[in-house]
Amino acid sequence: MNLHEYQGKEMLASYGVAIQKGIIATNLEEAVAAYEKVKEDSGSGVVVVKAQIHAGGRGKGGGVKLAKNIDELKEHAGNILGMMLKTPQTPGGLEGEGKLVRKILIAEDSYVPTFESCKEFYVSIMMDRAKKCNVIIYSTEGGMNIEEVAEKTPHLVHKEWIHPHLGLQPFQARKVAFNLGLSGKAFKEMSKFITKLYAAFVGSDASLFEINPAMLSGNDDMIAVDCKVSLDDNALFRHPELAAMRDTDEEDPVEVEAKSHGLNYVNLDGNVGCMVNGAGLAMATMDIIKLSGGEPANFLDVGGTADAERVEKAFRIILRDPEVKAILINIFGGIVRCDRVAQGVVDAYKNIGNIPVPIIVRLQGTNADIAKKLIDESGLEVRSAILLQEAADIVAEVLA
Amino acid sequence: MAYSKSFATFAASKIEHVIMAVLINNNSKIIVQGFTGKEGTFHAGQMIEYGTNVVGGVTPGKGGQTHLDKPVFNSVAEAVSKAGADTSVIFVPPKFAPDAIMEAADAGIKVIICITEGIAVQDMVKVKAYLEQFPDLRLIGPNCPGVISPGMAKCGIMPGFIHRQGKIGIVSRSGTLTYEAVDQVTKAGMGQSTCIGIGGDPIIGTTTKDAVELLMNDPDTEGIVMIGEIGGSMEADAAKWIKENGTKPVVGFIAGQTAPKGRTMGHAGAIIGGAEDTAEAKMKIMAECGIHVVSSPATIGATMAKALGK
Repeated sequence: MNLHEYQGKEMLASYGVAIQKGIIATNLEEAVAAYEKVKEDSGSGVVVVKAQIHAGGRGKGGGVKLAKNIDELKEHAGNILGMMLKTPQTPGGLEGEGKLVRKILIAEDSYVPTFESCKEFYVSIMMDRAKKCNVIIYSTEGGMNIEEVAEKTPHLVHKEWIHPHLGLQPFQARKVAFNLGLSGKAFKEMSKFITKLYAAFVGSDASLFEINPAMLSGNDDMIAVDCKVSLDDNALFRHPELAAMRDTDEEDPVEVEAKSHGLNYVNLDGNVGCMVNGAGLAMATMDIIKLSGGEPANFLDVGGTADAERVEKAFRIILRDPEVKAILINIFGGIVRCDRVAQGVVDAYKNIGNIPVPIIVRLQGTNADIAKKLIDESGLEVRSAILLQEAADIVAEVLA
Repeated sequence: MAYSKSFATFAASKIEHVIMAVLINNNSKIIVQGFTGKEGTFHAGQMIEYGTNVVGGVTPGKGGQTHLDKPVFNSVAEAVSKAGADTSVIFVPPKFAPDAIMEAADAGIKVIICITEGIAVQDMVKVKAYLEQFPDLRLIGPNCPGVISPGMAKCGIMPGFIHRQGKIGIVSRSGTLTYEAVDQVTKAGMGQSTCIGIGGDPIIGTTTKDAVELLMNDPDTEGIVMIGEIGGSMEADAAKWIKENGTKPVVGFIAGQTAPKGRTMGHAGAIIGGAEDTAEAKMKIMAECGIHVVSSPATIGATMAKALGK
């Protein structure tokens, strides 16, 4: 689960991490009130208007603007709120349709006393799968695309691995500050910043923190100016307050609906829908669709209890996509009995009425033969198969 | 003996059966943690029906009772001392499963198979580090279908009837896709020595390479099917190991050739972050290391038959 920038900052602040302060607004009136408050608190009439969507690179699409007075604030807030913001990370990238901006953050200008006196760093924390522990990745090249920095100047990207039981040690926090070339007060502030940030990462069961930029002001204060926070869904039971921050407006509405029915669904751009039990087999089924000359329209794992009700829900969700030209159902019955799934397909077909695309059902495993008979005798226009290759061949045939 | 250290103990015990398999066999003394729960009850019942030597189960607070005609113990330590348990299958909910794994390790269990899906990553990071003090222990999973040595023992949730005792070892991160491979191997006239579902999470106890190594050293395995998926570097690590140490044909498949970047595809570990995570990159390195890579999951069985000249 991803947090918005303002939510991430709220969480970081609760762990004592210094953040660029700001107030959230959903309309122009709130934006003006937020501006007045930020101005009063910071003593500066300069603010940054930041679009709040779940995607990086917001500045590139015009979603982040500096406002030096109330008129500029109104102009930028008016432009950004309600815009379809395109960034390199929104669906389709800068050429796509973008994402609707529903909220903006009116943030203080943290670059004090002057912009030139401040320095930007990059800090992220994630779990390193190969080393099986958390790693802090940091660089002097703040505000940049870190993947590019790593490619062009790998010596400027440092990593610090953290012991799973001991946690971040003081010498490691100092090492980070030292490697970033800091001394004096700045050195101490960076060590503190890293220590608190790591505590927040572990405390919130995050899967990713990306602070870019982490800014050292001209007064040698460390501030998280931006933050990207992803949390581990499997750990949300420990964090009801963070779970409540989920913004389903930022997620694909069909995926949200599928999830509420216990279906694991990912929308894709292809023309053949699929319904499978098990994630690995679902990915393999997508692959076989491609090998048969089609493109998968979705990933859909119906889970371990593929009953008639779920099958019908899955059908309805796949059929929402107008691009779908055929549907392949691939079930390997273990605990799931194929005859029950077959009955689900027959029932769903009858309940939905006219299904305008060919359906290929491949049922294998427990009671596969009974299931095939059920499908074949139903009188429905459903093609059945037992071997995976047979199913692939039928997909190729209907697409031809 | 070509077995890994942890199985030297099995090999040394009085086994007269010719086939010994890896990880589990008919001499294993198996317990189920989460024995009296819904999942534990159903699957322990299936395991017993298959003929698996289940010597009891553990549910704290229910010790002394009998469930599925087997004794219930309060702790794993009690199951070890009273029933001689050496293998545990865990069906405990994700919140409590990390604790269950560590309890089994502490009690001296040598093979821990954790079926549970949905364990928090930071919990598994800690468990993995905790297990380092038990070098003879092997954890399979979590988020896996378990391990089966057909005809001997079934420790997990896989349907027993699709398996046949035979000479093909199978290693996979997936559940139903493993069944698919098993079914194809069986239909191609071969059977399985041991099928190891290593699990779909980012942090798991036994990696692809570890499992391949066990099967490579197993005298009863003639060929290995290795099924991977997008995310992580386990298949590449295994491929490099196979190139140096392989003595048997390996057929490989990577699921997720059509998966988009940055999306979790069902399994928590199945996500493309960088270029090395893609199916394409993994298939390339596997082929370079001499693995028979198939792009279609429908041809796993046939490719193995061909590789073995059958």
